Amino acid sequence: MTELTNLTVAQIRDGHRAGDFSAVEVAEAFNANVAGAKALNAFIVETPEHAIAAAKAADADRAAGTLKPLSGVPIGMKDLFCTNGVQTTAASHMLEGFVPRYESTVSQKLWDAGCGMLGKLNLDQFAMGSSNETSYFGNVISPWRRKDGGNAALAPGGSSGGSSSAIAARLCPAATGTDTGGSIRQPAAFTGISGIKPTYGRCSRWGIVAFASSLDQAGPMARDVRDCAIMLENMAGFDPKDATSLDLAVPNWEAALSSDLKGKTVGIPKEYRLEGIDPDIDAMWDAGIAMLKDAGANVVEISLPHTKYALPAYYIIAPAEASSNLARYDGVRYGLRDLPQGAGLQDMYAATRADGFGPEVKRRIMIGTYVLSAGFYDAYYTQAQKVRTLIARDFEQAFASCDVILAPTAPSAAFGLGEKMADPLAMYLNDVFAVPASLAGLPAMSVPAALNREGLPLGLQIIGKAFDEQGVLNAGLAIEERAGFTARAEKWW
Amino acid sequence: MAIDQATVRKIASLARIAISDAEAAAMEGELNGILGWVEQLGEVDVTGVEPMTAVIPNKLRLRDDIVDADPLTGGNRRDDILANAPAPQHGFFGVPKVIE
Repeated sequence: MTELTNLTVAQIRDGHRAGDFSAVEVAEAFNANVAGAKALNAFIVETPEHAIAAAKAADADRAAGTLKPLSGVPIGMKDLFCTNGVQTTAASHMLEGFVPRYESTVSQKLWDAGCGMLGKLNLDQFAMGSSNETSYFGNVISPWRRKDGGNAALAPGGSSGGSSSAIAARLCPAATGTDTGGSIRQPAAFTGISGIKPTYGRCSRWGIVAFASSLDQAGPMARDVRDCAIMLENMAGFDPKDATSLDLAVPNWEAALSSDLKGKTVGIPKEYRLEGIDPDIDAMWDAGIAMLKDAGANVVEISLPHTKYALPAYYIIAPAEASSNLARYDGVRYGLRDLPQGAGLQDMYAATRADGFGPEVKRRIMIGTYVLSAGFYDAYYTQAQKVRTLIARDFEQAFASCDVILAPTAPSAAFGLGEKMADPLAMYLNDVFAVPASLAGLPAMSVPAALNREGLPLGLQIIGKAFDEQGVLNAGLAIEERAGFTARAEKWW
Repeated sequence: MAIDQATVRKIASLARIAISDAEAAAMEGELNGILGWVEQLGEVDVTGVEPMTAVIPNKLRLRDDIVDADPLTGGNRRDDILANAPAPQHGFFGVPKVIE
């Protein structure tokens, strides 16, 4: 029999349904992989008992004929989703020991669909980072290594780096991620897996530790496009508890998957051709264009003229929202309290926040506080929100002449841990291709497309019109079928 | 516009984050680097452009005016709410003395 941990979500679901194996066998196999992969540091908390309990329920449901959509499928949960009775930290010291008394909407939907939880996945602290090096609980290591004989530890991307590393290493068949400015897509690209950020508002933000509320959006990460469709169907849906939740029915994305792109037009944004970019990235992009043509699509060049302003606008808007959202960590209601001897209330706030936040989180709160402060608000924040309008308008105009947009996910393959930590700006540039779709709230996914000359995975990004996750998934599937990406990290951990 | 260490300390105070002089010195360079880079937004012509308020057009809903319509976000959850408080006292959040 195939090793159970090599199966996809669809294969586990269908095999369990057919009686090929029990859900408990599946959960035990993944629990063993999780327990044996401490070197990757992908999990902050492991919950083997949760996975086993859900598996037992799935086996009982099979016997009773009451199977649920994802019965028997164990998954990883990014530690940004509040889970009832299980520590939720956002990878911060601030929330170390925080045990929610409620469940996030997205995680609840997955449990209701029959999923079990293997554990809480590591991430960049408060989802701020692109390499998973800002976690209070240590770096996540990518299972991938360069084919240069060296053993340099590589970044799994961020912020959903625990999710990407765990899926690539077969510690879980799928996981939740969240994407504020690329945090699902860039880690997926770095580790040779797939991930989709749906249209803003598809997945409820209720119970997700907030970073930048106008950008934060949950989505699935998995090994292929079909699994992303299956997971997303079970994560999305209207939630009255989230004021920006979309009151729309959840389409049956899996059933409507089709890689036949006849009659579809794919736009290639000329502004994404960056000077001096790694030639492997451009070669992969050109190969992707050929694949979509082969699938029947018509390809046209488009222009997104404000592309170069997306990243600076993002680094005003996201920190501004973060500085406001993170004001809640005051040492009074939950989380850390640092009360120096004889300190008053104000000193307690300042000491608690100095102690509880890491350097990148402090940096962003400071930037956000500055751009929102009296006298600077209009010059920075209002200007950035106007530029954001122009970026969304760019996409609107481009979509008059195309159905989806194809671009690289990231400007490079995975880099080594420590290579970019000294320079915040160099780190921010990782998200140059991912941020524009976030600012415009559009669905976008990354699918693995090629290996670079060092043997590391590269991802292609498909950006779709608002609400058109189907178009994005279908183009992703067309690439997946043609790229034939089967490479995986050799086990060293 | 470049910021100096006094401004860094002012921002930190507004953000309620205690910082040492060494941290203020390090942050001065980092923040100036980032702010200098985002200032390129100033070159974009935004004449007649409205700042974005909603990324996907959506109506703000009002819920029905029913007490505890959703038990999760309704009332009578005091113990749950205090369960993660660092210093709960007598059914309240405890804080250091604020009035002499």
